[in-house]
Amino acid sequence: MALLTCKNLCVNYDNFHAVSDINFSIEKGDYVFVVGENGSGKSTLIKTIAGLLKPKSGEIIFGDDTTNKIGYLPQQTVIQRDFPASVYEVVLSGCLNSKGIIPFYTKKDKKRADENIAKLGIKHLKHKCYRELSGGQQQRVLLARALCATKDLLILDEPVAGLDPIVTAEMYKIIKKLNEENNITIIMVSHDIDSAVNNANKVLHMDNSLLFFGTSDEYKESEVGKKFLGGKHNVCDDK
Amino acid sequence: MFAMINDFLSYDFLQKALLVGGLVSLCAALLGVSLVLKRYSMIGDGLSHVGFGALSVAMALNLAPLQVSVPVVVVAAFLLLKISENGKIKGDAAIALISSSSIAIGVIATSLKNGMNMDVMSYMFGSALAITDKDAIISIILSIAVLIVFILFYNRLFAVTFDENFSKASGTNVKAFNMMIAFLTAITIVIGMRIMGTMLISSLIIFPALSSMRIFKNFRSVIISSAIISVLCFFVGILASFVYEVPAGASVVVANLVVFLIFSMIGFIRKK
Repeated sequence: MALLTCKNLCVNYDNFHAVSDINFSIEKGDYVFVVGENGSGKSTLIKTIAGLLKPKSGEIIFGDDTTNKIGYLPQQTVIQRDFPASVYEVVLSGCLNSKGIIPFYTKKDKKRADENIAKLGIKHLKHKCYRELSGGQQQRVLLARALCATKDLLILDEPVAGLDPIVTAEMYKIIKKLNEENNITIIMVSHDIDSAVNNANKVLHMDNSLLFFGTSDEYKESEVGKKFLGGKHNVCDDK
Repeated sequence: MFAMINDFLSYDFLQKALLVGGLVSLCAALLGVSLVLKRYSMIGDGLSHVGFGALSVAMALNLAPLQVSVPVVVVAAFLLLKISENGKIKGDAAIALISSSSIAIGVIATSLKNGMNMDVMSYMFGSALAITDKDAIISIILSIAVLIVFILFYNRLFAVTFDENFSKASGTNVKAFNMMIAFLTAITIVIGMRIMGTMLISSLIIFPALSSMRIFKNFRSVIISSAIISVLCFFVGILASFVYEVPAGASVVVANLVVFLIFSMIGFIRKK
């Protein structure tokens, strides 16, 4: 059974048909890039999958029991810019969703947080203050927190926005590694179409409705893909 | 000095004020960190004004003050939270409307009953003498309940305050937690405003959190530091009000202001 299936999904955002009549399904282990122009409903779609917005009609069906086990990496909020929190506190808070009514962290939770901190190479920042880190370091912290919340599905909303090219490349490498080595399904929103065809195995192109959904290779050959990639797709083919 | 403190503690009403006030200061400081970080400080201020209205009407109608004002303020808290979440109405304007309306209703209720008198002054600026034995017991039970809920949900409160969207995506009922914060704040404000006064109670919530954030950089130390600052400033304030014969609420606020200035200075020097 597919990890998640969208059936005739329609979502309104501020009384506006942001997303209409979407049908697709994502399998376990997929790495899906959601692309499209500004205002095309990418973020609305991903927020609906993450459970932040309610569908107007249609449904999202999760296979097995993936609900509540989504690791979400949201766009940064204003609140976080002056929030006093250590890296460890932030990462540990990702463990909460599996705890039910138990109010305090156990040794197991702390071990899991430590493992994910190590996995993302931010051990030396563990007791640093989150708001004093660089943009790339902050994204790693939030990714470590998301990993504490899930073993199956990561939903990333523009994880490389505002990062410099070197840090962006590092982020893509980490995400690719999580997908390949830990078999974590990735759904990611990004403007970065070149990285999409190079990293992801599937591309979902939004324009309020679904313009394209299929493998990256199919996308390169499709009408939509060719138009959106412009002349650049030749460069990608060389690799 | 010790003789003075001894003398001070021999007054029955002061013991009551210290016990109730100390507990309320603790609750206010703990909740305050979340409220300030969530940009909800003004909700606290709005609620204290609603509390004044409810308290005045209850007194004018000869009803039990706490039993009337706790539910009224809790309802107001949910309402203000809804307004703040709903982007269509400007939250700050709505809070200002509700605040001044509540004060107006409270003042009219009091003056119709027995003319403007000392009662109104004591609601506005607080009084350490205002607490009856029954109120003291209710206040102590409520503040201990607030403390227990806070400790049990400490980790979740952190998660929801830091990042609502992440918490929501990983299955936490964020709305319920926001309502819980509003509910606990409402209770704390109603209990605290008898001593601190309507105009000054919100400082009990805002000051310790802001002071602590000048210096401390993780959530737990900010929480612990706020709790200590708040209780200490309360005791110092009450003591000062007793010694210099100035109003209690105002003295507590000034004590908090001094701590805030000192902490800001330390924070500023450290940054350099």
